[in-house]
Amino acid sequence: MSLPRSATLRSALIRHPGLVPGSAKRQATAYEIVRQALRPGRPRHKAGVTVVVLALLASFATPAMAQQAPLADTQLSDPAQEAQAKALMETIRCVECQGQAISDSNADIAANMRSLIRERIKAGESPEQVRAWLIQRYGDYISYDPPLGGATWPLWAAPFVLLVIGIAIARSSFRRKR
Amino acid sequence: MIAEGGLAALWLAAVMAVLQLVLASSAVIGGRDEMARAVRPVAIAQGLLTALAMLCLILVFVQSDMSVLLVAENSHSLKPMIYKIAGAWGNHEGSMLLWVTILGLAGAAVAIFERRLDQRTLNATIGAQALIAMGFYAFLLFASNPFARLFPSPPDGNGLNPLLQDPGLAFHPPTLYVGYVGISVAFSFAVGALVTRDVGTAFARAMRPWVLGAWIFLTIGITAGSYWAYYELGWGGWWFWDPVENASLMPWLAATALLHSVSVLATRDGLRAWTIMLAVVAFSMSMIGTFLVRSGILTSVHAFAVDPKRGAFLLALLAIYIGGALTLFAARIGTVRQGNTFAVVSREGALVVNNLLLSVILGIVLIGTLYPLAAAGWGVQLSVGKPFFDKTVGPVALALVVFIAIGPLLRWRRDETQALLKRMTWPVAASCAALIVLVPFAWGAGILPLAALVLAAGLAVASVAPLWGRNLRRTPLFTWGMAVAHLGVAVSLAGMASDSAFTKETLAVLRQGETRAVGPYLVTMTGIRPVVGPNWSAVAADLSIRRGEGAPFILSPESRFFASPPTSTSESAIATRLDGQLYTVLGQPDGKGGWQVRLWWKPFVTLIWLGGGLIGLGGALSFIGRIRRRKRAVYDEYEEAVA
Repeated sequence: MSLPRSATLRSALIRHPGLVPGSAKRQATAYEIVRQALRPGRPRHKAGVTVVVLALLASFATPAMAQQAPLADTQLSDPAQEAQAKALMETIRCVECQGQAISDSNADIAANMRSLIRERIKAGESPEQVRAWLIQRYGDYISYDPPLGGATWPLWAAPFVLLVIGIAIARSSFRRKR
Repeated sequence: MIAEGGLAALWLAAVMAVLQLVLASSAVIGGRDEMARAVRPVAIAQGLLTALAMLCLILVFVQSDMSVLLVAENSHSLKPMIYKIAGAWGNHEGSMLLWVTILGLAGAAVAIFERRLDQRTLNATIGAQALIAMGFYAFLLFASNPFARLFPSPPDGNGLNPLLQDPGLAFHPPTLYVGYVGISVAFSFAVGALVTRDVGTAFARAMRPWVLGAWIFLTIGITAGSYWAYYELGWGGWWFWDPVENASLMPWLAATALLHSVSVLATRDGLRAWTIMLAVVAFSMSMIGTFLVRSGILTSVHAFAVDPKRGAFLLALLAIYIGGALTLFAARIGTVRQGNTFAVVSREGALVVNNLLLSVILGIVLIGTLYPLAAAGWGVQLSVGKPFFDKTVGPVALALVVFIAIGPLLRWRRDETQALLKRMTWPVAASCAALIVLVPFAWGAGILPLAALVLAAGLAVASVAPLWGRNLRRTPLFTWGMAVAHLGVAVSLAGMASDSAFTKETLAVLRQGETRAVGPYLVTMTGIRPVVGPNWSAVAADLSIRRGEGAPFILSPESRFFASPPTSTSESAIATRLDGQLYTVLGQPDGKGGWQVRLWWKPFVTLIWLGGGLIGLGGALSFIGRIRRRKRAVYDEYEEAVA
């Protein structure tokens, strides 16, 4: 039997949060444990790994995956809400795909998340509330708009720093005023 | 036998590269002129041998020789011929072979065509080109052999990713690679000039057509790639700020900056150190892009860690070449003065600002692309995408647009602010008119698209202003080229802003006979039917489409299923009109007789790629203009020498 690749494991964990109950951090830890355990060349603690892998494989087989997400490709009746939902979807990452937003993906998980976002916007939540909820649930990884924080302030500061450095360099090209 | 022949040719090419480096170094350092005479023929031989190796690879793909591992993994005997050929570079090993082939051919082209560069600098340049090639030959031969055999050979191959089975993608990578790797010539010129300390106007004039040539291909490659993503991926997006796209954008940004700074160097003998630096940066961006795409680090940081050989090899090459060039730069730049300084209000002043802003954009894209990788290094998982780049690159790019409009309206050396303001009257008027017309329509779309549309209108007028009042038949081709390329920027920008501000979307489940509206169109589902292709089967929907009182027409988007490898793709059906595109995609059935369809009306979206085409055309006009003038200059020199 070939074992599922780590990307599949990761998405399985994200898709079925019930598999490893608790916060996104705990899930990430679980994912890391599974990944480490499945790394080629590493002696396997057979029983433990088998249980996790079997649980994962079982979760793939459940019909939950095939369930049609009702609002995945159905627009909200209020155009303003639909525009908000659409704009938000364009900034949420499809965790299963390679560098695609959920608005641009055929994957089932992206469809589920589109549906989820439309539901919440329809219920009156603001896009930023929905984003915050998604980040809380899946981690910063989910948002293409990295929230300003300890790990991201250098990123957001970079454009300004670059501009200042650039202006300093460019100034030396200009003739001094006499 | 063909595979072995290809491998032999590759080895021979590698040997030629070593020989080329030895000959060139002994000519430059040892001053041995008899060595120098052999440099050119060896460089040409190296180019021909790489081309031969590439040809052999294409041949084994055409023959569907499944005993070659690469063919078995990526091809299939039933695939249409064009995709068998394209399959040769639609995979890791093949694309790296294409990479070195273009590198080798670029070196050969320098050896054949470059006649103006100082002989010593030329030898150093060809030597540098050989040094780059050697690293990548080693990578191919030791870590990515495209000609490896497979025993026992399978009855048939795995097939090519169906997304790649598209005419656009058959030719997109080679075009992009010519630009990507063509920039290596600029890098080698820079290294050559650093070695001989010969940086000046003559050097800049010699380098300019090479930069221009590579830049044209990069421009066309990126434009074509964007259109491919737009119609093939089936979601109506044309740029995703995906790392792979950024990998192609970064060399383009650097090459664009280089193109403009090399003009300043050629005309005013300024920005010497900066131009050299940009040439190094531009090819570094190509190599970083190659590393990002080819090491597997993007797919998953884990994939990189599991099979680190290729990634580590490329990373080492990257470190050696970029580090080496920067060390040489640091060591030599003290003896290369920056050159003339400028008045702020002057053509070169605007070009300095252009370079500043392009470099800032490049820096932002580079940091934004690499930041998630770095963050993963310290244990933080995050994503950087469209919202970040829109917020940061967007404003800088719009500022750049202002300077693209101003630059060509300024005189070299020194100009008057008053005179500039007078020349800007019409462009500013166009912007104001656009603002008044657009505000009622685009107000809700956000400030960035509105600002972009307004600035595009001004730029469109400003870009053709340099042609105003001139005898158009006697206007040099490169002036035409500049005007056309800058107009292309305006056109493309208008398309991007229009798509972002005015697109209408309709998602619906349609049964036979049902109708939905999208933008000005009424779309009726008239039927669903099966379709069979050469290596796929599909379901096609017939959509009857009507606009106002016009005659209805049919669009048939398909949902295709490929057997090898088993994959489904959606083939969008697009109707192109003067004022935009209607974009239709067929999704899944709902199980109750209805089919999911996605419909978009995208006003003026085609301007994006039309503009890209104009930018490339402008580059081509400039290129022809420069080559012509160059021939005349060589002829004049000859005349003078004879007289």
